[in-house]
Amino acid sequence: MDKIPILKMGDYLLVTIQVDLYDRLALNLESDLVNMINKHSSKGVLIDISAVNIVDSFMGRILGNIAQMSKILDAHTVVVGMQPAVAITLIELGLPLSGVHTALNVEKGMTLLQEKLFLDSTVIADDTDDNT
Amino acid sequence: MITLNKETIAIKREQDVVFFRNRVNEYAEKIKMGLVNKTKLLTAASELVRNMLIYAKEGKVICEIVTISALQTGIRLTFIDNGPGIADIDKAMTDGYTTGKSLGLGLPGAKRLVNIFDVKTVKGKGTTISITKWKNG
Repeated sequence: MDKIPILKMGDYLLVTIQVDLYDRLALNLESDLVNMINKHSSKGVLIDISAVNIVDSFMGRILGNIAQMSKILDAHTVVVGMQPAVAITLIELGLPLSGVHTALNVEKGMTLLQEKLFLDSTVIADDTDDNT
Repeated sequence: MITLNKETIAIKREQDVVFFRNRVNEYAEKIKMGLVNKTKLLTAASELVRNMLIYAKEGKVICEIVTISALQTGIRLTFIDNGPGIADIDKAMTDGYTTGKSLGLGLPGAKRLVNIFDVKTVKGKGTTISITKWKNG
């Protein structure tokens, strides 16, 4: 069966979607990702959709689900590389993808994740300062 | 409207969706449809073909290249199934209404993405949805 590979890189998980998605594949990706976050205690997930030609309401819902699921598992999700035509279509379809962080490319997405992680660690550091 | 090219694609399982989308993509490239319009057409087609698979289990799609004048060329897709039909079409065309577990954006969203949208449904007999997207428009 087809499978979308998930790569572990330090605290992050990288997913590059290079194939035409059908619903089952997207659902499997969702559960695989959540399991991987749990297994590796990942702090961030980067999903590259630059090779994806269409994102319809189902795929959009999966992206939103992944972002929310990883959030409650204490990981941030960034979706990168969306094609302009896909962005136009998503908005006309009525799917604003709220709650999903986006960045233009993998590099910017990685920076965003690192900033978020850094922000989290400083907040925790501040908390411990208050306690002492 | 004159039909220039016609093909019927059977949809029986999820993997057929990928094949179907690729065929529509080829048709769109044949008439040199712009990228944004092509993406809109493919997204609308994807929504409707999913509805077909979920509610009617299977069906078929007729792909046509149509023209009304020398200026206007486009693609018409007709989704035909023998499923349960749509009980309340007005409700089904409202954003956020669903009888399944989805977001309820499929039908109204698809309508916004194409130029002509036409639904014929008979309860218990099936549904036929026809969408047309012009090359420029």
